[in-house]
Amino acid sequence: MWASPMVIRVEWALRLKGVEYEYVDEDLANKSADLLRYNPVTKKVPVLVHDGKPIAESTIIVEYIDEAWNGGYPIMAADPYERAQARFWARYAEDKVRALYAIFSTTSEAQRKAAHEAQQCLKTLETALEGKKFFGGDAVGYVDIIVGWYAHWLPVVEEVCGVSVVTDEELPLLKAWFGRLLAVDVLKAALPDRDRLLAANKARREQVLSA
Amino acid sequence: MAGSNDLKLLGMWASPFVLRVKLALSLKGLSYEYVEEDLRTKSELLLKSNPVHKKVPVLIHNGKPVCESSVILQYIDEAFAGTGPSLLPVDPYERAMARFWAAYIDDKMMAAWNQASKAKTEEEKAEAMKQSFATVETLEGALRDCGKGKPFFGGEDVGYVDVVLGGLLGWIRANDELQGVKPFDPERTPLLAAWAERFWSLEAVEPQMPDVSKLVEFGKMLQARQAAAGEGN
Repeated sequence: MWASPMVIRVEWALRLKGVEYEYVDEDLANKSADLLRYNPVTKKVPVLVHDGKPIAESTIIVEYIDEAWNGGYPIMAADPYERAQARFWARYAEDKVRALYAIFSTTSEAQRKAAHEAQQCLKTLETALEGKKFFGGDAVGYVDIIVGWYAHWLPVVEEVCGVSVVTDEELPLLKAWFGRLLAVDVLKAALPDRDRLLAANKARREQVLSA
Repeated sequence: MAGSNDLKLLGMWASPFVLRVKLALSLKGLSYEYVEEDLRTKSELLLKSNPVHKKVPVLIHNGKPVCESSVILQYIDEAFAGTGPSLLPVDPYERAMARFWAAYIDDKMMAAWNQASKAKTEEEKAEAMKQSFATVETLEGALRDCGKGKPFFGGEDVGYVDVVLGGLLGWIRANDELQGVKPFDPERTPLLAAWAERFWSLEAVEPQMPDVSKLVEFGKMLQARQAAAGEGN
């Protein structure tokens, strides 16, 4: 689905590895028979189908891509301890993503609280960036792929909701990393058009507010 | 004795997540120092080793902490790849399947059980139990389809998913008594029920498993505490 950050993770992994793939856009309100067949358990995207065999759950798909094409670009570090750190932070980000969505679905005081909570979670995540260009070190790695969507989506959410979360004062390392990530051509090429994303999120926000 | 394999596990006797790590270490034949934490007065070491979550389990290997049970299991498998059996298979697709079902157990099945335990009205409880059961049925299907008649999720031998699920078995048995519910009912999910018996009785597993009667006592104490807290509102 064109606006899904989870799908972007998979596209980024494939593109970093230089793997060619066929992209099939799903209408989530009208899921294809293929999707239901390939992911009967959660019926969600993304699903990667490799030689007819389906894999679901974006974080799992990214590790799969790294292992199935293990001669190419190294997504995970080789060292077990670094891999453990990467998996820890990916899990942290997944567990805390609710805090980000909460900004989108609330207003006034509740929204201020949500924005603050999101900021606190991001500050914790930011500690993993200290002294590094990317979470993966000198180059994009697993955690960058898993949380990199923030760089494109969060500014859109901030604009649509009229909040500031990732600022130079509060999250300088993360903000700088946003810039570096979006400058990586391979990643930039896969991102959905910002204006289109903005419009879609504005519409969603209207729906949420009028509910 | 410090060395290249200095392992310390910070844990709590009733935690299913800690149990997963104990099982993995036992299956791999790794020795370690176990430190029981009092979660109401957490040690300096725990707070320093897991500043983000302040939870157990934490595995400290040569002074470096690893947190989150699923992360620890994979770490053990990778850092001690030459020692004992592997938890995860070699083939990337099979590894992805194992990770998928492990995530399903944590994110869907346990979440459903937690909802069920929080349910207040009979109606809420019935709905939550239905959801819970649906997740267990899905897992039964996974054992049937992916397991293909083999004794464990990992095939002939215990693997990652077996350990992830196995860690929960103590509480599964305790909840039978606490809530009168058999999550792995032999009539409705025969494969899982058989798997549970088989897993528990493994030589590397049985000595690690908690005393179910103590878990029941602990569960009753938690329920009483919850009820008291509720009345204070």
